[in-house]
This record gives sequence, C-alpha cells and structure tokens, in this order.
Amino acid sequence: MKAPDFAYLRPNTLEEAVAALGRFGDDARILAGGQTLMALQNFRMASAEILFDINWIPGLSDIHEEPDCLVIGSLVRYAGLEASSLIERDAPLLSEAVGHIAHPAVRNRGTIGGSLALGDPAAEMPACMLALNAEMVLCDANGERRVPADEFFLGLYETTLRPDEILTAVRIPKARPSQCYAFDEVARRRGDFALAGLAIAGKAEGSALHSVRLAYFGVADRPVLAVSAMAMLEGQSLTAELIDRVREAAIGELDPPDDPATPAAYRRHLGGVLVARLLGQLRERLL
Amino acid sequence: MTEPSKTVQMALRVNRESVEATVPVRRNLVDFLRDDLGLTGSHVGCEHGVCGACTVVVDGAIMRGCLMLAVQADGCEIETIEGADQSGRLAALQAAFHRRNALQCGFCTPAMLLTAAALLEQNSKPSRDEIRDYLSGNFCRCTGYQEIVDAVAEVAGADT
Repeated sequence: MKAPDFAYLRPNTLEEAVAALGRFGDDARILAGGQTLMALQNFRMASAEILFDINWIPGLSDIHEEPDCLVIGSLVRYAGLEASSLIERDAPLLSEAVGHIAHPAVRNRGTIGGSLALGDPAAEMPACMLALNAEMVLCDANGERRVPADEFFLGLYETTLRPDEILTAVRIPKARPSQCYAFDEVARRRGDFALAGLAIAGKAEGSALHSVRLAYFGVADRPVLAVSAMAMLEGQSLTAELIDRVREAAIGELDPPDDPATPAAYRRHLGGVLVARLLGQLRERLL
Repeated sequence: MTEPSKTVQMALRVNRESVEATVPVRRNLVDFLRDDLGLTGSHVGCEHGVCGACTVVVDGAIMRGCLMLAVQADGCEIETIEGADQSGRLAALQAAFHRRNALQCGFCTPAMLLTAAALLEQNSKPSRDEIRDYLSGNFCRCTGYQEIVDAVAEVAGADT
C-alpha cells in the first residue's frame, strides 16, 4: 500500500528542528532512515500528520571520540557503523552486532538513532546500548539532557524521548583492552527480527569477569538485563559448570510473552541457548 | 523548509541526467522513477522493505526505493537498472544470469543484479555463503535461488 496523506517538513539546522518540533511535536514523527517508519506508514500502521525529515541536519552523521567515550551521531547509518575503524576499535560489540540487522540495502539507509528512538524490543541496537552502558543525548529548544540506556527504554516502542526532543547522539564508553564482548541472535530467516538475541559486554582481568552485562532482546517489551545471571558471573572464571548454572538462572528470570507462533517457553529456551553459546565463546577467548 | 508542505520542488540526477520535478511528498522514490520518469525496470513488490524488488542505487549505495520518499532524493545521484545496464557495469552478471537460467519471470532480476554488483564491488571473491547472505534481502519466487547464487559465484570466480 501507499502511505496515508501527510505533510513534510525538512529542517536544515538542529535549532530549526527543535523549534519546529516544539510547535508540531505531537502531530509530527521524526523521519531518519525510515527503514521502519516508512514501512509502517505504507502498511498504514502509522499515520503521522507531519513527517519531520532530519536527514538534512548537519553534524548528526559523525562518529568522533572523546577521551573516554565515542560519540555516535544519531544519523550514522548501520553501514557507517560497519565501515568505521573507530567503532571496530572502541565499540567492537557494535561491529559484531550490526551485520545481524536486516539486509545490506536496509543497512545503507537505516540509522542507529532511528532504531533507538523507535525502541523496538526485538532490535539489536537498544540491547547493545544497554550492554555497553551507553547514554542517549536528547535535545530540545532549551538544551540537551543525557539519559543512560538503563532508563531510556520504557516498554514496547516506548522511550523517555519526548515529542519535542530529538535524539542527537549516543555516548558509548570506550572499550578498554580488558573489555570482553559477544553477540548473537536467533531468527527464523536471515535478516529477520530476532526471536531472541543477546548482547554481552564486561571486563576480564586475567580469566576473572567483572561487571558483565547480559542484555537480551526479543524476549520482553524492551531490552532487558538478566541481573541474577549477571551477579553469578561477578569475579568468576568461566567453567562449564558455571556456564550451566548461569544458563539455568537466565532461563529462570526471563519472562517472554506468549504468542501463537512462538511460545514463551521456546523464547526462554533460546535465552538459555544464547547465553551458554556466548559465554562458551568468551571462555575460549579468555583461555 | 520551516513550514510543512504537501509538494516539494527538487533537483536530482537520474542515470547521469539532471532531472527537476515537483513531487507530492507522499510519493515513494520507486514510484517517482517508474511513474514520473518511466523507468519501469525498478519493480514494486511488497512496499514495506522486505522483498527488495525496488532496489535502486542512491549516491553509490543500494537502497529500498519503497522506503525512501522521492523528496528525500533531492540533490542525490540515482542509478536504476536502466542506467546500470547502459553503463555496461552489469554485463558479466547479466551474461551469467542468462547462461545459468538464473531467472524465470524476471520480476526480481533487476534488483538481484544491482545487489549482486554491490556485493562484488565490496568483495570480489565472496563465498557461496557470503553471496546468500548478501542476497538474503532480495526475494525470488521462481528459481529457488540456486541458479542465482551459481551465476554470482561464476562471475566472482571469473575474476581470478
């Protein structure tokens, strides 16, 4: 189908954009890469009065580094993440994850900010932000605020982003040499949404793990941390026995929804498979 | 542009020719190419980004023509299957598709060719798995993909 009728607004600067969002925010939806929004519009599952195209705003498409963090502009395309040597060096979890997103033609257009602002519970980037302790930078006419990933994702397609705000960047703590990470997902078809996925990031000192975050996606109404499984890993070295216990704990604390195509028990099972598989990979790397 | 509008005047290049047009903002890029410019080689399948039949090249990168508004191509360089064909850059792939019987109805073929060409530009020697992975966003309802992968693999091998 074709999208329902709408008007189109194309601000040329961030100042223009936040001023206009203040006026039209409730009727407007921000159009970034459009790889989800345009599909929803064409399906008529979304019907924004005004599409607010931020692609012309300069400065949102850069990746730059600060002493302790990478600042990724919200308009950076997935293909830009894939190609970036800064990302590969300082946020290798993202390099690993991005190839799982849809298909090359979609990755050439879709943006990291679009994925985060949409808050799809089965998407890869929100879970990576949660695993990496990233901060979202949100701008309105009065300035910016930073929201940690832990507080940003509220529910199904729901975030703390207000209608008069634009997500302009994410700030990701740089990976130290001691960072360990892993990523995988299970989907029915290549490039399809994950039935369940897992992003892991933490620190390894020798073989001992610290501050490991297990961020699941596709198993709840938002990306979620498996906190009791995480606690079991603190200060520990990975053994087959520990991995098995962590798997049991993760299965125990995941509470995925039941739907006709995918029973909750199956998603919970996948959650266990993924954590055992990825911790097994980490164990091999740390040997 | 600080006021919302329903039509936009734009200027772009399509297949190395300058084009100026005033388009309704609702019009998808692929519909603009087909209906306004008569370039019907880009096909409209699912209209929600899944089938890949609408693939066009925007500023050198393959994209979904159904998930981009025509107005968003303002200032861009667009190449469709017609332009890619005329340039000759697809000739080896086209010959291999022909030789291998890698199409039946042909609906997916323009997008398959543009996508396969994008893969070979990045990776001149992809494995069969890499070919399947890269083409996973392009649906074919006739061939079962085997011959398409064969054709792309043949061209990749011919580079040696």
